[in-house]
Amino acid sequence: MTTVFDPSAAAAQATDAILHDTLHGTARGVVVDSPPGAGKSTLVVRAALELAEAGHPLMVVAQTNAQVDDLVLRLAEKNPELPVGRLHSSDSDPYDKALDGLENVRTSAKAADLAGLAVVISTAAKWAHVKVDEPWRHAIVDEAYQMRSDALLAVAGLFERALFVGDPGQLDPFAVVGSEQWAGLAYDPSASAVTTLLAHNPDLPQHRLPVSWRLPASAAPLVSDAFYPYTPFRSGTGPGDRTLAFGVPSDGSGPDRVIDEAAESGWGLLELPARHTPRTDPEAVGAVAVVVRRLLDRAGAATSERSSAPSPLTADRIAVGTAHRDQAAAVRAALAVLGVTDVVVDTANRLQGREYDVTVVLHPLSGRPDATAFHLETGRLCVLASRHRHACIVVCRAGVTDLLDDYPSTEPVQLGTVVKFPDGWEANHAVLAHLAKHRVRWRPQSGRKAARRRRPDEHRVA
Amino acid sequence: MSLISTLARLEAVSTGRAQPSATVRHRHLGDRPLVFVPLTTAGEAGAPLGALVGTDRDAPRLLVVPQPRDRDLRFAFLAELADVVLPYVDSYAETVEAAERTETDPETGKRVKVEVELCADAPQLIVPSRAGIDLVRLLGRSMRFRRTAEQDPEAPYPAPPRVPLLGRWLTHFGERARVPGSSLLLAMTDVLGRHWVTGQSTLEDQHLGALLAWIDPPEGTTGAEAALRAELERDAQGQLTCPPAGPATDPAFDNKLLAPAIERYDRARTALAAAEDGLEADDRLGALTAAEREIRALVLSRTRPTWDAVWRGLDLLRELPEGARVEERWTRDRWSFTGHRDRVLAGEPPQPRRDDAVTAANKLATREREQARLEAQEALDDPLVMAGRRLSGEAFAGEVTDVAMAYSEGKRPSPRPLITVRTDDRPHLGERTKVYRSLGGKPQSAEFVAAEEDGAVVVLRVLDKMGRGKEPEPGSVPEKGDRVCFTLFEHEQRGGAKLPDPEETPWTHGGPPGEATLEAADPVTEEDVL
Amino acid sequence: MPPPRTRGTALRQRLAELRGPDVPAKALDARALAALAANPGCARRAILDGAGVNKAALASALGSPSAFGQSQFALTRGNAFEAKVKADGGAELLRLVHDRLDRSAEPPVGARVPDLTATGPRGRTARTELELREAAAHPGVWTLLDHPMLALDVAGSPAFLEPDAVVVHPDGSWTVVEIKSFPLLDGSADPAKVGAAARQAAVYVLALEELAARLGAEPEGDAGAEGAEGTSVSAPRVRHRILLVCPRDFSNQPAASAVDIRKQRAVTARQLARLTRIEDIADALPEGTCFSPELPAEALAEAVESVPATYAPECLSACELAFHCRSRSREAGAVTSLGRPVRAELGGLTTVEDVLAAARGEAGDPDDPAVAALRRAAALRAEALEAACR
Repeated sequence: MTTVFDPSAAAAQATDAILHDTLHGTARGVVVDSPPGAGKSTLVVRAALELAEAGHPLMVVAQTNAQVDDLVLRLAEKNPELPVGRLHSSDSDPYDKALDGLENVRTSAKAADLAGLAVVISTAAKWAHVKVDEPWRHAIVDEAYQMRSDALLAVAGLFERALFVGDPGQLDPFAVVGSEQWAGLAYDPSASAVTTLLAHNPDLPQHRLPVSWRLPASAAPLVSDAFYPYTPFRSGTGPGDRTLAFGVPSDGSGPDRVIDEAAESGWGLLELPARHTPRTDPEAVGAVAVVVRRLLDRAGAATSERSSAPSPLTADRIAVGTAHRDQAAAVRAALAVLGVTDVVVDTANRLQGREYDVTVVLHPLSGRPDATAFHLETGRLCVLASRHRHACIVVCRAGVTDLLDDYPSTEPVQLGTVVKFPDGWEANHAVLAHLAKHRVRWRPQSGRKAARRRRPDEHRVA
Repeated sequence: MSLISTLARLEAVSTGRAQPSATVRHRHLGDRPLVFVPLTTAGEAGAPLGALVGTDRDAPRLLVVPQPRDRDLRFAFLAELADVVLPYVDSYAETVEAAERTETDPETGKRVKVEVELCADAPQLIVPSRAGIDLVRLLGRSMRFRRTAEQDPEAPYPAPPRVPLLGRWLTHFGERARVPGSSLLLAMTDVLGRHWVTGQSTLEDQHLGALLAWIDPPEGTTGAEAALRAELERDAQGQLTCPPAGPATDPAFDNKLLAPAIERYDRARTALAAAEDGLEADDRLGALTAAEREIRALVLSRTRPTWDAVWRGLDLLRELPEGARVEERWTRDRWSFTGHRDRVLAGEPPQPRRDDAVTAANKLATREREQARLEAQEALDDPLVMAGRRLSGEAFAGEVTDVAMAYSEGKRPSPRPLITVRTDDRPHLGERTKVYRSLGGKPQSAEFVAAEEDGAVVVLRVLDKMGRGKEPEPGSVPEKGDRVCFTLFEHEQRGGAKLPDPEETPWTHGGPPGEATLEAADPVTEEDVL
Repeated sequence: MPPPRTRGTALRQRLAELRGPDVPAKALDARALAALAANPGCARRAILDGAGVNKAALASALGSPSAFGQSQFALTRGNAFEAKVKADGGAELLRLVHDRLDRSAEPPVGARVPDLTATGPRGRTARTELELREAAAHPGVWTLLDHPMLALDVAGSPAFLEPDAVVVHPDGSWTVVEIKSFPLLDGSADPAKVGAAARQAAVYVLALEELAARLGAEPEGDAGAEGAEGTSVSAPRVRHRILLVCPRDFSNQPAASAVDIRKQRAVTARQLARLTRIEDIADALPEGTCFSPELPAEALAEAVESVPATYAPECLSACELAFHCRSRSREAGAVTSLGRPVRAELGGLTTVEDVLAAARGEAGDPDDPAVAALRRAAALRAEALEAACR
């Protein structure tokens, strides 16, 4: 039987089921898998509001202060009347100053000061220091896949039941020391909170949000197949629902051609000649910078379901993603030379949960002499390849496929651990194979000189 | 691998000698470490073949299991080992000093200081390699659940009296060795590898003989030549001239020398058992003794070179001055030792087979904290380590070129001087990034204000450790012309959150583990190998 | 039997020449195949393995003998353990398969344990295939194949593989069983050894899948099955969880654990598919290249040098030729001989001397970030060592 897939209906159905289990279910926990841009934050806010409306005092656990502040702002936006507590650390500058302007948000470093408020929000690290006589009836644990099992152990005594929401495809939590001695134990403290939760409570209801509203029709199938092979999702928009057009025509250079390819197909691979380079490969870094410069200079306009009129592709709608901090710093410097200072450039870890129209990615394996487990980590590539609403342009040196094939696959195997899928090696192959169809080969003049040559004013001429 | 150590490695290749990767010793070395050089039997889980053990480099005790498959002989070995190790451990348990510890008062729930004993020093075990540490754990695991005849008169094959206790201690040493920076149980290859880099890979550095060859090559040879010889050179009988540091033996040794010797021993034993009169028995006992002596000689020949190598490694390490913060970490080892001594004295059961959820999480938290502590302390103790942190943008050093007095806002303005530092380093400083410097051993914090001249000049605001007055205490603010070194990492580690007690384990982690039951001993069967 | 392949004939001929006249091909056992994963980028290893060259003999002839050996104690113990696990018609082994992998099935009582003896690897392979067909024709019962023989097409020639056991479940699915003598202590085992076992088992699974696909493709009559509706037998399912059997704790009692080998299977399948590139490697060799251990050492060294190797220290525990390649790599001053991670920050610099010269400021483009970082590292290192001397 074939029916036309109605993304809104599918998403609404999933949300209803989740809220029903959360508000009226008997299970102590509900787990929700949310692929990139599937409306996780919207779900968390809605669940929080409904629980609060039903008169259930609620605690919310997020992983970073930025996430906590973001949730507080969203809650206040949806319901300015709702009394919300922001529990914060006693460090200097513990929360976003914007919260001070919200009338019904109370901030404190002491949980007791916030007692009785409808919703109290904090980080897992802060909650771990809180003691209560009476546990909360309800909790929401956000970004639960990025939370470590031991962090959940520290806070789980604070609530009776909880909604766990997160994206299983993003970067896993890690420990800075060996934890092999606990591998295979259901409560391995270095595992993700959800892994432990489900190992001990296999019968908890598990849901997933089936529609990505962020990823365009060109990206959802690839990201779903490569990173979520057993929990597929669809895009909320169809082919042609989103377009990216440029007022300034291509000058025929590699960067312009890859921009046009990406505008057309959603993906672009700007391939530089094969070469082993240090991490901050000047040519690749320069190429990233030039692509960003040209994106801004060519008067891009993005059309989407959000509004009838095209919106201009401005600096705040573009981001650059890298694997390492020094690469991000090098890209920032190269952009500054080109007069670009307001485009976000960050590592995969810091781009988690963020969204842009166009992303430019320096491929984690570009120019490397070999692949390593760090660079093959599935979550890293998944984050970098799933931040965009319109197009993703990857800058990479040729030869990465061989690099992957030459990767020694002699990983140890811990008995009793669940094999995590997909494998980074396979996912990387899948993404590269797809990108190869959108390849623009380019031999830049040596990186710095190329960057210097293209002063912003020179581009205006076109 | 940091570029600095890569460079050192390449210099080692080029000069033919290992290069320093530390300028001070970052691990504690006691006055009287117990060196343990064990060998095992191939294919059997932790079946010992023999060992050299002791605190006197000139008089090691040789322990041998002439037939590793014989349970009684293995027990005899373990009992002998206990006779060496336990008195050594006990000798540290008696001398104590008074110390304070913060504990939660069971009645009020408040954190209170209590007076406790802290052992003045602690025992220290040295094994040749990482595999030796694994064997210590395995031996600990194999012994601690054994039952002695006294504990359980019904136990089949009861263990000799002190064997389960030795198992508990070895388990404790093995667990402690997982804590970064601890020194209760050290592997010589690890410690040498921490202080020198060789002209070979870290994988090849696992070979104690080759590693020492690079650090201290014999007169007239390069490290590379000496290491190659240590790795591969064989004598006329096809035996390695530098036997592997164990616990695994070289297959050629097993097949050509050990197996025939064990076979002769077995035959001699069978013959003795079949002796029909006293005279014959005397003769055959002599043959058996000779066969046993032969195996002892073989085991000695494979362990003695390693024994000497370990002591040579200790000599080399002692030439380095001890890092300033090593003592502080050793005190943590002493606490660990004292804690286990107390648990044994209190009659607590042996460590369980697997940690419960809370114990596992607590151990992980401790080790992560100790890892951070170790990294910070090593950098503060050693300019070569700090150089690596500077290269990676986690620290910077330079000269103070300007100091401007400034004050905090508020009712009682406090000093918040601005200092300008000129540096060649390129730290990853962002808006209001906190930085720290060591001021009389204590961290003083400052925050990043601005960078000028492409990052060559950094302006910082000093935040604390200047006393309570309006004017900073003398010496608490750097002066123009001072050399300073700031780190982006904290110098001291904060304690983590307190986890629930095991009996409060939440439902997400399987709930309370239930009444602690005494772990059953491993079932013994007729063919049990250990 | 794998179907003959014409494409492979010329290549086979070429590979035989590389081996040398009258030198038999060394069988590519599963361990050797799984070891391909250790350094898949090495062309030297690929061509030598693909041609069936005895690398241990070659290494000795080159004067750098390999150091692999097995203690007879380990061998004896391993054999004794396997015999114990399989004793009594494999009752204990089948019980473990049932308990760990297929609890919903009938407990294995009176399982079939067919005799698989035959002459030569081809004969044994045929015999195994026959018994697997037979088992497919008798659903509902357990069958234990003790040391079956499987053939896997590797770059055009069959490699013969001998798993410890293959079990046919009552539902017709197949499970690979690996029996190892390292212990399963309190439920966990040495992860490196488990990983190696998983890679080895993955090769068996691939071979079984080839065979299963063939059985499935055959019309009913050929398969000898009494298919109810006269259709072809559906291809038997090869399970992707294998059973690893090890001694429990410190005893010689068997304990078992299921191991998911999907990842290893995917990697091995891809590496096997890539082995066809040995044809390209062979084509690039100079005319008359030969690796026969009978040749003088210099000639052999030259032949070996004609294929590029990608030596890394990990080779020492995986390849018989490693000591030879290591000395060559060291002679050439390759930084990789110090470990793969060493290369990571050196960019295009690949030799010890180039790196040191760049660090000393004697060579290299100061605008190259690798060179700049090296100089900075050298300066910081010198400063720190000087400070320590003061």
